[in-house]
Amino acid sequence: MLTLCAEADAGIRRHGRETYPHECCGALIGSGDRVVEALALPNTTEEGSRRRFRVRPVDYRAAERRADALGADLLGFYHSHPDHPARPSQYDLDHAWPVFAYVIVSVAGGEPGALTSWRLREDRSAFDEEQVAIEETSCQPGF
Amino acid sequence: MPTRILIPTPLRVYADKQDVVEAEGGTVGELLADMTARYSDLRKHLYNDEGKLRSFVAIYLNDDDIRFLEKEATPVKDGDTVSIIPSVAGGGGS
Repeated sequence: MLTLCAEADAGIRRHGRETYPHECCGALIGSGDRVVEALALPNTTEEGSRRRFRVRPVDYRAAERRADALGADLLGFYHSHPDHPARPSQYDLDHAWPVFAYVIVSVAGGEPGALTSWRLREDRSAFDEEQVAIEETSCQPGF
Repeated sequence: MPTRILIPTPLRVYADKQDVVEAEGGTVGELLADMTARYSDLRKHLYNDEGKLRSFVAIYLNDDDIRFLEKEATPVKDGDTVSIIPSVAGGGGS
């Protein structure tokens, strides 16, 4: 199960609304299975940002550094699916990494809706969905 | 003198959970070969079936992507740091 503190959940949804009809993306920072910060990153895809996202290496490094600065870990990444279900695509599967949580928020007509989280199987054959819990309290790190 | 290689979060599980490993070699390619000889599970995530670096992996020497240097033949010197950086991408369409 992945737990998002209140601001992280709100931040992902806000980012998806702001970039609609384009995809947003960002890093999930926290400890264990608890995300305390959703770090918005630029979508630098050159394949059409309405249905693709890409995180530049320089931004990936920035996310790892941010996690280190917080004494936390890089737990995964989030992105939005504008007018598309919150389920991973084959393209998501082809580009996924082990260990990371992949959070997807569906944004239909500009309004964020379903939010799901997925983990790549060891043999890379598929994703497994995991439960997402949203905390009502604020994001005090508390590691 | 060994060179430091920074291991990204999703690959640390294949490197005894270390975020940094040290390797010997005169080029980036030699360093990666030395590293994967000791941590063999890293190999499948870094190289394709043809033994070439996967397109989803970027290798940096200090602050420079080796694709814009001499690729795996890029020489390393004392004090350099190599970083393995996963390319993170996806999207809603198939």
